[in-house]
Amino acid sequence: MADFLFSRVSASRQYVYSLSSVLVVSIICYWLSAYIGYKVVAFVLLLTVSLIAGLFDILQVLMSALLSALIWDFFFIPPKFNIHVDSAGDAILLLMYFLIVMINAVLTYKIKTIQKEARKKIERENIVKLYNTFLNSLSHELRTPIATIIAATDNLLTCNSNLTSLNRHELLVEISKASFRLNQQVENLLNISRLEAGFIQPKNDWVDINELVYDVVKRLEENKASQEVSININPNFPLFKVDKGMLQQVLYNLLNNATQYTPSETKISIIAANYADILEITIEDNGKGFPEEERAKVFDKFYRLKKSKSGGTGLGLSIVKGFVEAMKGTITLENISTGGARFIIRIFAEVSHLKTAKHE
Amino acid sequence: MNKAEILVIDDETPIQKLLDITLQTNGYAVRLAGNANEGLAMAASHPPELILLDLGLPDEDGHVVLQKLREWYTEPVIILSVQSSETDIIKALDNGANDYLTKPFRTGELLARMRSALRSAWPNESEPIAVFGDVEMDFAARTVRKSGETIKLTSTEYSLFSLFAKHEGKVLTHQYLLREVWGAGYINQSQYLRVFIAQLRKKIEDDPNRPAMIVTESGVGYRFIGKD
Repeated sequence: MADFLFSRVSASRQYVYSLSSVLVVSIICYWLSAYIGYKVVAFVLLLTVSLIAGLFDILQVLMSALLSALIWDFFFIPPKFNIHVDSAGDAILLLMYFLIVMINAVLTYKIKTIQKEARKKIERENIVKLYNTFLNSLSHELRTPIATIIAATDNLLTCNSNLTSLNRHELLVEISKASFRLNQQVENLLNISRLEAGFIQPKNDWVDINELVYDVVKRLEENKASQEVSININPNFPLFKVDKGMLQQVLYNLLNNATQYTPSETKISIIAANYADILEITIEDNGKGFPEEERAKVFDKFYRLKKSKSGGTGLGLSIVKGFVEAMKGTITLENISTGGARFIIRIFAEVSHLKTAKHE
Repeated sequence: MNKAEILVIDDETPIQKLLDITLQTNGYAVRLAGNANEGLAMAASHPPELILLDLGLPDEDGHVVLQKLREWYTEPVIILSVQSSETDIIKALDNGANDYLTKPFRTGELLARMRSALRSAWPNESEPIAVFGDVEMDFAARTVRKSGETIKLTSTEYSLFSLFAKHEGKVLTHQYLLREVWGAGYINQSQYLRVFIAQLRKKIEDDPNRPAMIVTESGVGYRFIGKD
Protein backbone atom coordinates (compact mmCIF):
# COMPACT_ATOMS: atom_id res chain seq x y z
CA MET A 1 0.00 0.00 0.00
CA ALA A 2 2.72 2.40 1.08
CA ASP A 3 4.31 1.78 -2.25
CA PHE A 4 1.27 3.19 -4.01
CA LEU A 5 1.15 6.17 -1.69
CA PHE A 6 4.65 7.36 -2.31
CA SER A 7 5.54 6.03 -5.75
CA ARG A 8 3.89 9.11 -7.28
CA VAL A 9 5.92 11.52 -5.11
CA SER A 10 8.77 13.09 -7.11
CA ALA A 11 12.36 11.95 -6.45
CA SER A 12 13.45 15.28 -4.94
CA ARG A 13 10.43 15.26 -2.58
CA GLN A 14 11.35 11.72 -1.56
CA TYR A 15 14.85 12.95 -0.64
CA VAL A 16 13.34 15.73 1.46
CA TYR A 17 10.93 13.38 3.27
CA SER A 18 13.41 10.58 3.96
CA LEU A 19 16.37 12.74 4.99
CA SER A 20 14.26 15.02 7.16
CA SER A 21 12.71 12.06 8.99
CA VAL A 22 16.23 10.83 9.79
CA LEU A 23 17.06 14.33 11.07
CA VAL A 24 13.89 14.64 13.18
CA VAL A 25 14.38 11.21 14.78
CA SER A 26 18.05 12.08 15.46
CA ILE A 27 17.09 15.35 17.15
CA ILE A 28 14.55 13.58 19.37
CA CYS A 29 17.15 10.93 20.25
CA TYR A 30 19.68 13.65 20.97
CA TRP A 31 17.36 15.14 23.59
CA LEU A 32 16.82 11.72 25.08
CA SER A 33 20.42 10.51 24.76
CA ALA A 34 21.13 11.19 28.42
CA TYR A 35 18.44 8.61 29.37
CA ILE A 36 18.70 5.97 26.68
CA GLY A 37 22.40 5.75 25.84
CA TYR A 38 23.95 5.85 22.37
CA LYS A 39 23.56 2.11 21.61
CA VAL A 40 19.76 2.30 21.86
CA VAL A 41 19.90 5.28 19.48
CA ALA A 42 21.45 2.96 16.87
CA PHE A 43 18.37 0.71 17.02
CA VAL A 44 15.98 3.64 16.82
CA LEU A 45 17.82 4.96 13.73
CA LEU A 46 17.90 1.46 12.24
CA LEU A 47 14.14 1.23 12.65
CA THR A 48 13.71 4.66 11.06
CA VAL A 49 15.75 3.73 8.00
CA SER A 50 13.90 0.39 7.72
CA LEU A 51 10.60 2.24 7.61
CA ILE A 52 12.02 4.62 5.00
CA ALA A 53 13.14 1.58 2.97
CA GLY A 54 9.55 0.38 2.91
CA LEU A 55 8.30 3.70 1.56
CA PHE A 56 10.84 5.22 -0.78
CA ASP A 57 13.13 4.39 -3.71
CA ILE A 58 16.54 2.76 -3.31
CA LEU A 59 18.72 5.88 -3.79
CA GLN A 60 16.86 7.89 -1.15
CA VAL A 61 17.08 4.93 1.25
CA LEU A 62 20.82 4.53 0.75
CA MET A 63 21.33 8.26 1.31
CA SER A 64 19.30 8.13 4.56
CA ALA A 65 21.29 5.06 5.67
CA LEU A 66 24.54 6.88 5.07
CA LEU A 67 23.27 10.02 6.79
CA SER A 68 22.03 8.08 9.82
CA ALA A 69 25.37 6.30 10.15
CA LEU A 70 27.25 9.61 10.03
CA ILE A 71 24.87 11.24 12.54
CA TRP A 72 25.17 8.31 14.90
CA ASP A 73 28.92 8.39 14.67
CA PHE A 74 29.24 12.20 14.95
CA PHE A 75 26.62 13.08 17.54
CA PHE A 76 26.19 9.95 19.63
CA ILE A 77 29.26 7.65 19.76
CA PRO A 78 31.77 9.04 22.20
CA PRO A 79 33.73 11.19 21.70
CA LYS A 80 30.77 13.32 20.56
CA PHE A 81 31.06 15.87 17.72
CA ASN A 82 33.88 13.89 16.26
CA ILE A 83 34.18 11.38 13.43
CA HIS A 84 36.67 9.34 15.48
CA VAL A 85 35.58 6.38 17.54
CA ASP A 86 37.30 5.63 20.86
CA SER A 87 36.94 1.94 21.47
CA ALA A 88 37.44 -0.96 19.07
CA GLY A 89 33.99 -2.22 20.17
CA ASP A 90 32.31 1.01 19.03
CA ALA A 91 34.18 0.86 15.72
CA ILE A 92 32.84 -2.66 15.10
CA LEU A 93 29.39 -1.50 16.21
CA LEU A 94 29.51 1.39 13.71
CA LEU A 95 30.65 -0.89 10.89
CA MET A 96 27.93 -3.42 11.79
CA TYR A 97 25.35 -0.62 11.90
CA PHE A 98 26.39 0.58 8.47
CA LEU A 99 26.34 -2.92 6.94
CA ILE A 100 22.98 -3.89 8.49
CA VAL A 101 21.31 -0.69 7.39
CA MET A 102 22.65 -1.14 3.84
CA ILE A 103 21.66 -4.82 3.61
CA ASN A 104 18.26 -3.91 4.96
CA ALA A 105 17.84 -1.22 2.28
CA VAL A 106 18.88 -3.48 -0.57
CA LEU A 107 16.75 -6.43 0.56
CA THR A 108 13.67 -4.28 1.00
CA TYR A 109 14.25 -2.84 -2.45
CA LYS A 110 14.52 -6.31 -3.95
CA ILE A 111 11.32 -7.49 -2.28
CA LYS A 112 9.51 -4.41 -3.49
CA THR A 113 10.69 -4.95 -7.06
CA ILE A 114 9.55 -8.57 -7.02
CA GLN A 115 6.16 -7.57 -5.64
CA LYS A 116 5.77 -4.92 -8.30
CA GLU A 117 6.61 -7.37 -11.05
CA ALA A 118 4.18 -9.94 -9.67
CA ARG A 119 1.45 -7.32 -9.62
CA LYS A 120 2.24 -6.28 -13.17
CA LYS A 121 2.19 -9.88 -14.28
CA ILE A 122 -1.24 -10.47 -12.77
CA GLU A 123 -2.54 -7.28 -14.38
CA ARG A 124 -1.11 -8.37 -17.72
CA GLU A 125 -2.65 -11.81 -17.37
CA ASN A 126 -6.03 -10.28 -16.59
CA ILE A 127 -5.83 -8.03 -19.62
CA VAL A 128 -4.85 -10.95 -21.84
CA LYS A 129 -7.72 -13.01 -20.44
CA LEU A 130 -10.19 -10.18 -21.00
CA TYR A 131 -8.81 -9.55 -24.47
CA ASN A 132 -9.13 -13.22 -25.40
CA THR A 133 -12.75 -13.30 -24.28
CA PHE A 134 -13.28 -10.13 -26.29
CA LEU A 135 -11.69 -11.62 -29.41
CA ASN A 136 -13.82 -14.74 -29.03
CA SER A 137 -17.04 -12.82 -28.65
CA LEU A 138 -16.07 -10.37 -31.37
CA SER A 139 -15.33 -13.12 -33.84
CA HIS A 140 -18.66 -14.66 -32.88
CA GLU A 141 -20.43 -11.33 -33.33
CA LEU A 142 -18.84 -10.72 -36.72
CA ARG A 143 -18.84 -14.27 -38.03
CA THR A 144 -22.48 -15.05 -37.24
CA PRO A 145 -23.89 -12.41 -39.60
CA ILE A 146 -21.20 -13.14 -42.19
CA ALA A 147 -22.04 -16.84 -42.03
CA THR A 148 -25.72 -15.98 -42.44
CA ILE A 149 -25.02 -13.81 -45.48
CA ILE A 150 -22.74 -16.38 -47.13
CA ALA A 151 -25.13 -19.27 -46.53
CA ALA A 152 -28.20 -17.33 -47.65
CA THR A 153 -26.59 -15.96 -50.80
CA ASP A 154 -25.17 -19.41 -51.68
CA ASN A 155 -28.63 -20.78 -51.31
CA LEU A 156 -30.11 -18.08 -53.51
CA LEU A 157 -27.41 -18.51 -56.15
CA THR A 158 -27.38 -22.29 -56.42
CA CYS A 159 -30.86 -23.55 -55.55
CA ASN A 160 -32.72 -20.66 -57.07
CA SER A 161 -35.15 -22.82 -59.05
CA ASN A 162 -36.13 -24.98 -56.07
CA LEU A 163 -36.89 -22.10 -53.73
CA THR A 164 -40.43 -20.91 -53.24
CA SER A 165 -40.86 -17.17 -53.38
CA LEU A 166 -41.59 -17.22 -49.65
CA ASN A 167 -38.25 -19.00 -48.96
CA ARG A 168 -36.46 -16.54 -51.16
CA HIS A 169 -38.01 -13.66 -49.31
CA GLU A 170 -37.06 -15.16 -45.94
CA LEU A 171 -33.46 -15.60 -47.02
CA LEU A 172 -33.32 -12.01 -48.19
CA VAL A 173 -34.73 -10.80 -44.86
CA GLU A 174 -32.01 -12.76 -43.05
CA ILE A 175 -29.32 -11.20 -45.25
CA SER A 176 -30.71 -7.76 -44.55
CA LYS A 177 -30.84 -8.34 -40.76
CA ALA A 178 -27.32 -9.79 -40.74
CA SER A 179 -25.97 -6.78 -42.66
CA PHE A 180 -27.48 -4.38 -40.14
CA ARG A 181 -26.03 -6.34 -37.24
CA LEU A 182 -22.64 -6.29 -38.93
CA ASN A 183 -22.90 -2.57 -39.53
CA GLN A 184 -23.68 -1.98 -35.85
CA GLN A 185 -20.67 -4.00 -34.72
CA VAL A 186 -18.41 -2.14 -37.12
CA GLU A 187 -19.73 1.13 -35.71
CA ASN A 188 -18.90 -0.03 -32.18
CA LEU A 189 -15.39 -1.01 -33.24
CA LEU A 190 -14.85 2.32 -34.99
CA ASN A 191 -16.05 4.14 -31.88
CA ILE A 192 -13.80 2.21 -29.53
CA SER A 193 -10.79 2.77 -31.78
CA ARG A 194 -11.59 6.49 -31.90
CA LEU A 195 -11.67 6.50 -28.09
CA GLU A 196 -8.46 4.44 -27.89
CA ALA A 197 -6.64 6.75 -30.27
CA GLY A 198 -7.49 9.52 -27.81
CA PHE A 199 -8.35 12.20 -30.33
CA ILE A 200 -12.05 12.18 -29.68
CA GLN A 201 -13.20 15.77 -29.37
CA PRO A 202 -16.83 16.59 -28.66
CA LYS A 203 -18.39 18.89 -31.27
CA ASN A 204 -20.85 20.78 -29.11
CA ASP A 205 -23.91 22.46 -30.53
CA TRP A 206 -27.38 23.29 -29.24
CA VAL A 207 -29.40 20.12 -28.87
CA ASP A 208 -33.12 19.71 -28.32
CA ILE A 209 -33.01 16.85 -25.78
CA ASN A 210 -36.62 15.86 -26.50
CA GLU A 211 -35.88 15.49 -30.18
CA LEU A 212 -32.69 13.55 -29.51
CA VAL A 213 -34.32 11.08 -27.12
CA TYR A 214 -37.28 10.42 -29.44
CA ASP A 215 -34.82 9.93 -32.32
CA VAL A 216 -32.88 7.32 -30.36
CA VAL A 217 -36.05 5.50 -29.34
CA LYS A 218 -37.20 5.49 -32.95
CA ARG A 219 -33.89 3.95 -34.01
CA LEU A 220 -34.28 1.38 -31.26
CA GLU A 221 -37.78 0.46 -32.44
CA GLU A 222 -36.22 -0.71 -35.70
CA ASN A 223 -34.63 -3.55 -33.67
CA LYS A 224 -38.16 -4.72 -32.79
CA ALA A 225 -37.45 -5.13 -29.10
CA SER A 226 -40.43 -6.26 -27.04
CA GLN A 227 -39.81 -4.10 -23.96
CA GLU A 228 -41.92 -1.03 -23.39
CA VAL A 229 -39.93 2.21 -23.48
CA SER A 230 -41.46 5.31 -21.90
CA ILE A 231 -40.11 8.83 -22.21
CA ASN A 232 -40.59 11.35 -19.43
CA ILE A 233 -39.27 14.75 -20.48
CA ASN A 234 -40.90 18.15 -20.11
CA PRO A 235 -41.92 19.40 -23.59
CA ASN A 236 -40.26 22.72 -22.71
CA PHE A 237 -36.99 21.12 -21.61
CA PRO A 238 -34.18 23.64 -22.22
CA LEU A 239 -31.59 23.30 -24.97
CA PHE A 240 -28.14 22.07 -23.98
CA LYS A 241 -24.88 22.55 -25.83
CA VAL A 242 -23.51 19.02 -26.17
CA ASP A 243 -22.19 16.64 -28.83
CA LYS A 244 -25.38 15.28 -30.32
CA GLY A 245 -23.81 12.29 -32.05
CA MET A 246 -22.01 11.16 -28.91
CA LEU A 247 -25.00 11.59 -26.62
CA GLN A 248 -27.16 9.74 -29.13
CA GLN A 249 -24.70 6.84 -29.20
CA VAL A 250 -24.55 6.81 -25.38
CA LEU A 251 -28.34 6.60 -25.02
CA TYR A 252 -28.64 4.11 -27.84
CA ASN A 253 -26.07 1.76 -26.30
CA LEU A 254 -27.71 1.97 -22.87
CA LEU A 255 -31.20 1.35 -24.24
CA ASN A 256 -29.99 -1.35 -26.60
CA ASN A 257 -28.30 -3.06 -23.65
CA ALA A 258 -31.47 -2.81 -21.61
CA THR A 259 -33.54 -4.40 -24.37
CA GLN A 260 -30.96 -7.14 -24.96
CA TYR A 261 -30.44 -8.22 -21.39
CA THR A 262 -33.79 -7.84 -19.67
CA PRO A 263 -36.88 -10.07 -19.92
CA SER A 264 -39.37 -9.09 -22.62
CA GLU A 265 -42.02 -7.76 -20.22
CA THR A 266 -39.55 -5.28 -18.68
CA LYS A 267 -40.42 -1.59 -18.64
CA ILE A 268 -37.65 0.84 -19.54
CA SER A 269 -37.95 4.55 -18.88
CA ILE A 270 -35.93 7.60 -19.86
CA ILE A 271 -36.12 10.68 -17.67
CA ALA A 272 -34.38 13.98 -18.31
CA ALA A 273 -33.88 16.64 -15.65
CA ASN A 274 -31.82 19.79 -15.45
CA TYR A 275 -30.24 21.47 -12.46
CA ALA A 276 -28.91 24.88 -13.54
CA ASP A 277 -26.33 23.92 -16.17
CA ILE A 278 -26.27 20.22 -15.42
CA LEU A 279 -28.06 17.92 -17.81
CA GLU A 280 -29.16 14.72 -16.12
CA ILE A 281 -30.51 11.79 -18.08
CA THR A 282 -31.67 8.67 -16.26
CA ILE A 283 -32.37 5.36 -17.92
CA GLU A 284 -33.91 2.75 -15.67
CA ASP A 285 -35.63 -0.59 -15.99
CA ASN A 286 -37.50 -2.92 -13.70
CA GLY A 287 -35.52 -6.01 -14.73
CA LYS A 288 -33.13 -7.92 -12.53
CA GLY A 289 -30.43 -5.28 -12.13
CA PHE A 290 -26.70 -6.05 -12.07
CA PRO A 291 -24.92 -8.51 -9.74
CA GLU A 292 -23.68 -6.27 -6.94
CA GLU A 293 -20.10 -7.60 -7.05
CA GLU A 294 -19.78 -6.92 -10.78
CA ARG A 295 -21.44 -3.50 -10.81
CA ALA A 296 -18.18 -1.56 -10.71
CA LYS A 297 -16.66 -3.51 -13.61
CA VAL A 298 -19.40 -3.21 -16.21
CA PHE A 299 -17.90 -0.08 -17.76
CA ASP A 300 -14.51 -1.74 -18.23
CA LYS A 301 -13.50 -2.41 -21.78
CA PHE A 302 -14.30 -5.97 -22.95
CA TYR A 303 -15.93 -6.78 -19.60
CA ARG A 304 -18.98 -9.01 -19.80
CA LEU A 305 -21.13 -10.19 -16.95
CA LYS A 306 -20.22 -13.67 -15.78
CA LYS A 307 -23.70 -15.07 -16.40
CA SER A 308 -24.59 -13.08 -19.51
CA LYS A 309 -25.92 -14.85 -22.57
CA SER A 310 -23.68 -15.25 -25.59
CA GLY A 311 -23.45 -12.42 -28.08
CA GLY A 312 -22.17 -8.94 -27.42
CA THR A 313 -18.56 -7.86 -27.21
CA GLY A 314 -18.31 -5.96 -23.95
CA LEU A 315 -17.73 -2.74 -25.88
CA GLY A 316 -21.12 -1.05 -25.52
CA LEU A 317 -20.86 0.25 -21.97
CA SER A 318 -17.17 1.11 -22.26
CA ILE A 319 -18.05 3.31 -25.25
CA VAL A 320 -20.82 4.84 -23.14
CA LYS A 321 -18.37 5.71 -20.38
CA GLY A 322 -15.71 6.91 -22.84
CA PHE A 323 -18.14 9.23 -24.63
CA VAL A 324 -19.68 10.59 -21.42
CA GLU A 325 -16.23 11.35 -20.06
CA ALA A 326 -15.15 12.90 -23.36
CA MET A 327 -18.07 15.30 -22.82
CA LYS A 328 -16.74 16.02 -19.32
CA GLY A 329 -19.65 14.16 -17.76
CA THR A 330 -20.12 11.29 -15.34
CA ILE A 331 -22.14 8.11 -15.44
CA THR A 332 -23.21 6.02 -12.49
CA LEU A 333 -24.96 2.70 -12.24
CA GLU A 334 -27.07 1.66 -9.30
CA ASN A 335 -29.47 -1.13 -8.55
CA ILE A 336 -32.98 -0.07 -7.65
CA SER A 337 -34.18 -1.50 -4.33
CA THR A 338 -37.40 -2.75 -5.92
CA GLY A 339 -35.45 -4.44 -8.72
CA GLY A 340 -33.84 -3.16 -11.91
CA ALA A 341 -30.90 -1.03 -12.93
CA ARG A 342 -30.57 2.73 -13.07
CA PHE A 343 -27.96 4.55 -15.17
CA ILE A 344 -27.58 8.24 -14.46
CA ILE A 345 -25.67 10.48 -16.84
CA ARG A 346 -24.72 13.96 -15.70
CA ILE A 347 -23.14 16.42 -18.10
CA PHE A 348 -22.06 19.92 -17.26
CA ALA A 349 -23.06 21.98 -20.30
CA GLU A 350 -24.14 25.40 -21.47
CA VAL A 351 -27.91 25.72 -21.21
CA SER A 352 -30.40 27.89 -23.11
CA HIS A 353 -33.90 28.64 -21.89
CA LEU A 354 -34.81 30.21 -25.23
CA LYS A 355 -37.29 27.38 -25.76
CA THR A 356 -39.40 28.27 -22.74
CA ALA A 357 -39.65 31.94 -23.74
CA LYS A 358 -42.50 33.27 -25.90
CA HIS A 359 -41.53 33.74 -29.52
CA GLU A 360 -42.89 36.05 -32.11
CA MET B 1 -40.90 8.94 -72.53
CA ASN B 2 -37.12 9.27 -72.59
CA LYS B 3 -35.24 7.63 -69.77
CA ALA B 4 -33.44 10.07 -67.49
CA GLU B 5 -29.71 9.51 -67.84
CA ILE B 6 -27.66 9.09 -64.67
CA LEU B 7 -23.87 9.20 -64.45
CA VAL B 8 -22.37 7.24 -61.57
CA ILE B 9 -18.82 8.23 -60.55
CA ASP B 10 -17.62 5.64 -58.03
CA ASP B 11 -14.49 3.49 -57.99
CA GLU B 12 -15.95 0.54 -56.09
CA THR B 13 -17.04 -2.13 -58.59
CA PRO B 14 -19.64 -3.74 -56.28
CA ILE B 15 -21.28 -0.37 -55.67
CA GLN B 16 -21.17 0.43 -59.39
CA LYS B 17 -22.82 -2.86 -60.20
CA LEU B 18 -25.45 -2.44 -57.50
CA LEU B 19 -26.31 1.10 -58.60
CA ASP B 20 -26.35 0.00 -62.25
CA ILE B 21 -28.91 -2.75 -61.58
CA THR B 22 -31.01 -0.72 -59.14
CA LEU B 23 -31.24 2.33 -61.37
CA GLN B 24 -31.87 0.39 -64.57
CA THR B 25 -34.69 -1.62 -63.01
CA ASN B 26 -36.21 1.67 -61.86
CA GLY B 27 -36.27 3.10 -65.35
CA TYR B 28 -33.09 5.15 -65.54
CA ALA B 29 -30.35 4.94 -68.16
CA VAL B 30 -26.99 4.49 -66.42
CA ARG B 31 -23.43 5.32 -67.35
CA LEU B 32 -20.54 4.32 -65.11
CA ALA B 33 -17.21 6.06 -64.44
CA GLY B 34 -14.53 4.48 -62.23
CA ASN B 35 -12.52 7.60 -61.43
CA ALA B 36 -12.66 11.39 -61.39
CA ASN B 37 -11.08 12.08 -64.78
CA GLU B 38 -13.19 9.55 -66.57
CA GLY B 39 -16.28 10.93 -64.81
CA LEU B 40 -15.53 14.55 -65.73
CA ALA B 41 -14.86 13.58 -69.35
CA MET B 42 -18.08 11.56 -69.59
CA ALA B 43 -20.10 14.36 -68.01
CA ALA B 44 -18.64 16.90 -70.49
CA SER B 45 -19.05 14.79 -73.61
CA HIS B 46 -22.71 14.10 -72.96
CA PRO B 47 -24.19 15.85 -69.90
CA PRO B 48 -26.44 13.52 -67.86
CA GLU B 49 -29.62 14.56 -66.03
CA LEU B 50 -28.15 13.68 -62.65
CA ILE B 51 -24.74 12.70 -61.28
CA LEU B 52 -24.11 10.36 -58.35
CA LEU B 53 -20.62 11.27 -57.11
CA ASP B 54 -18.58 9.31 -54.59
CA LEU B 55 -16.39 11.58 -52.45
CA GLY B 56 -13.56 9.06 -52.08
CA LEU B 57 -12.13 8.68 -55.57
CA PRO B 58 -8.64 7.31 -56.32
CA ASP B 59 -7.31 10.03 -58.61
CA GLU B 60 -8.87 13.21 -57.24
CA ASP B 61 -10.65 14.54 -54.17
CA GLY B 62 -14.42 14.35 -54.60
CA HIS B 63 -14.79 17.97 -53.46
CA VAL B 64 -12.50 19.12 -56.27
CA VAL B 65 -14.48 17.07 -58.79
CA LEU B 66 -17.68 18.69 -57.51
CA GLN B 67 -16.18 22.17 -57.88
CA LYS B 68 -15.01 21.40 -61.41
CA LEU B 69 -18.45 20.07 -62.32
CA ARG B 70 -20.22 23.08 -60.83
CA GLU B 71 -18.22 25.45 -63.06
CA TRP B 72 -20.58 24.49 -65.89
CA TYR B 73 -22.92 21.67 -64.86
CA THR B 74 -26.28 22.83 -63.52
CA GLU B 75 -28.21 19.56 -63.16
CA PRO B 76 -28.45 17.81 -59.75
CA VAL B 77 -25.41 16.18 -58.16
CA ILE B 78 -25.94 13.73 -55.29
CA ILE B 79 -22.96 12.91 -53.10
CA LEU B 80 -22.20 9.40 -51.86
CA SER B 81 -20.07 9.36 -48.77
CA VAL B 82 -18.94 7.00 -46.02
CA GLN B 83 -20.59 7.23 -42.63
CA SER B 84 -19.96 9.89 -40.01
CA SER B 85 -18.27 12.58 -42.06
CA GLU B 86 -20.71 15.43 -41.46
CA THR B 87 -18.10 18.10 -42.22
CA ASP B 88 -17.54 16.53 -45.64
CA ILE B 89 -21.27 16.47 -46.29
CA ILE B 90 -21.78 20.10 -45.26
CA LYS B 91 -18.81 21.16 -47.38
CA ALA B 92 -20.20 19.31 -50.41
CA LEU B 93 -23.67 20.84 -49.92
CA ASP B 94 -22.07 24.29 -49.67
CA ASN B 95 -20.17 23.58 -52.88
CA GLY B 96 -23.35 22.97 -54.79
CA ALA B 97 -24.26 19.34 -54.21
CA ASN B 98 -28.04 18.90 -54.17
CA ASP B 99 -28.15 16.06 -51.70
CA TYR B 100 -26.16 13.29 -50.09
CA LEU B 101 -26.37 9.66 -49.09
CA THR B 102 -24.15 7.91 -46.58
CA LYS B 103 -22.98 4.38 -47.23
CA PRO B 104 -24.54 2.02 -46.32
CA PHE B 105 -27.82 3.40 -47.68
CA ARG B 106 -31.19 1.87 -48.44
CA THR B 107 -32.23 1.60 -52.07
CA GLY B 108 -35.57 3.24 -51.33
CA GLU B 109 -33.79 6.21 -49.86
CA LEU B 110 -31.54 6.55 -52.93
CA LEU B 111 -34.49 6.53 -55.30
CA ALA B 112 -36.44 9.06 -53.19
CA ARG B 113 -33.47 11.44 -53.14
CA MET B 114 -33.02 11.11 -56.89
CA ARG B 115 -36.70 11.69 -57.59
CA SER B 116 -36.76 14.77 -55.40
CA ALA B 117 -33.56 16.16 -56.92
CA LEU B 118 -34.85 15.63 -60.46
CA ARG B 119 -38.19 17.17 -59.53
CA SER B 120 -36.66 20.31 -58.07
CA ALA B 121 -34.50 20.66 -61.16
CA TRP B 122 -37.69 21.71 -62.96
CA PRO B 123 -39.59 23.67 -60.32
CA ASN B 124 -43.18 24.55 -60.99
CA GLU B 125 -42.89 28.25 -60.19
CA SER B 126 -46.38 29.29 -61.33
CA GLU B 127 -48.25 27.22 -58.73
CA PRO B 128 -49.41 29.57 -55.96
CA ILE B 129 -50.50 26.70 -53.73
CA ALA B 130 -48.34 23.73 -52.78
CA VAL B 131 -49.93 20.65 -51.21
CA PHE B 132 -48.03 18.32 -48.89
CA GLY B 133 -50.35 15.62 -47.63
CA ASP B 134 -52.87 17.38 -45.40
CA VAL B 135 -50.79 20.55 -45.27
CA GLU B 136 -51.40 23.31 -47.83
CA MET B 137 -49.09 26.20 -48.46
CA ASP B 138 -50.63 29.26 -50.09
CA PHE B 139 -47.69 31.41 -51.21
CA ALA B 140 -49.95 34.17 -52.54
CA ALA B 141 -52.01 34.58 -49.36
CA ARG B 142 -49.01 33.75 -47.12
CA THR B 143 -51.07 31.20 -45.21
CA VAL B 144 -50.65 27.57 -44.25
CA ARG B 145 -53.56 25.19 -43.74
CA LYS B 146 -53.59 21.79 -42.06
CA SER B 147 -56.61 19.54 -42.72
CA GLY B 148 -58.36 22.59 -44.16
CA GLU B 149 -57.85 24.81 -41.12
CA THR B 150 -55.56 27.81 -41.18
CA ILE B 151 -52.56 27.49 -38.87
CA LYS B 152 -51.35 30.61 -37.12
CA LEU B 153 -47.66 31.00 -37.86
CA THR B 154 -45.41 33.80 -36.64
CA SER B 155 -43.52 35.58 -39.40
CA THR B 156 -40.31 33.69 -38.56
CA GLU B 157 -42.15 30.39 -38.57
CA TYR B 158 -43.69 31.31 -41.91
CA SER B 159 -40.31 32.20 -43.48
CA LEU B 160 -38.86 28.93 -42.21
CA PHE B 161 -41.76 26.88 -43.48
CA SER B 162 -41.86 28.55 -46.88
CA LEU B 163 -38.15 27.72 -47.29
CA PHE B 164 -38.94 24.10 -46.58
CA ALA B 165 -41.92 24.15 -48.92
CA LYS B 166 -39.84 25.62 -51.75
CA HIS B 167 -37.16 22.97 -51.26
CA GLU B 168 -39.38 19.97 -50.63
CA GLY B 169 -37.33 16.75 -50.34
CA LYS B 170 -33.98 18.55 -50.25
CA VAL B 171 -31.69 18.68 -47.24
CA LEU B 172 -31.19 22.24 -45.97
CA THR B 173 -28.13 22.82 -43.79
CA HIS B 174 -28.33 24.59 -40.43
CA GLN B 175 -26.21 27.43 -41.78
CA TYR B 176 -28.36 27.85 -44.86
CA LEU B 177 -31.58 28.05 -42.82
CA LEU B 178 -30.10 30.48 -40.29
CA ARG B 179 -28.73 32.73 -43.02
CA GLU B 180 -31.95 32.76 -45.04
CA VAL B 181 -34.36 33.25 -42.14
CA TRP B 182 -32.40 35.24 -39.56
CA GLY B 183 -29.57 36.74 -41.63
CA ALA B 184 -25.83 36.23 -42.10
CA GLY B 185 -25.04 37.39 -38.56
CA TYR B 186 -26.93 34.48 -37.07
CA ILE B 187 -25.28 31.48 -38.72
CA ASN B 188 -23.80 30.33 -35.41
CA GLN B 189 -27.00 30.86 -33.40
CA SER B 190 -28.29 27.36 -33.88
CA GLN B 191 -30.39 27.57 -30.72
CA TYR B 192 -32.92 29.78 -32.59
CA LEU B 193 -33.25 27.13 -35.26
CA ARG B 194 -33.80 24.34 -32.68
CA VAL B 195 -36.51 26.35 -30.97
CA PHE B 196 -38.38 27.33 -34.11
CA ILE B 197 -38.16 23.86 -35.60
CA ALA B 198 -39.73 22.50 -32.40
CA GLN B 199 -42.50 25.13 -32.57
CA LEU B 200 -43.16 24.52 -36.24
CA ARG B 201 -43.37 20.79 -35.65
CA LYS B 202 -45.95 21.34 -32.92
CA LYS B 203 -48.10 23.19 -35.43
CA ILE B 204 -47.81 21.06 -38.55
CA GLU B 205 -46.81 17.54 -37.51
CA ASP B 206 -49.38 14.91 -36.48
CA ASP B 207 -47.03 13.83 -33.68
CA PRO B 208 -44.41 16.53 -33.01
CA ASN B 209 -42.24 14.04 -31.11
CA ARG B 210 -42.14 11.69 -34.07
CA PRO B 211 -41.85 14.18 -36.95
CA ALA B 212 -42.70 12.83 -40.38
CA MET B 213 -42.49 16.09 -42.33
CA ILE B 214 -39.60 18.11 -40.90
CA VAL B 215 -37.01 15.38 -40.53
CA THR B 216 -33.69 15.87 -38.75
CA GLU B 217 -30.54 15.09 -40.72
CA SER B 218 -28.15 14.60 -37.82
CA GLY B 219 -25.24 17.02 -37.78
CA VAL B 220 -26.22 18.44 -41.19
CA GLY B 221 -29.63 20.07 -41.15
CA TYR B 222 -33.30 19.33 -41.84
CA ARG B 223 -35.24 17.87 -44.71
CA PHE B 224 -38.88 18.60 -45.47
CA ILE B 225 -40.74 15.54 -46.72
CA GLY B 226 -44.11 16.51 -48.10
CA LYS B 227 -44.49 14.08 -50.99
CA ASP B 228 -43.72 10.40 -51.80
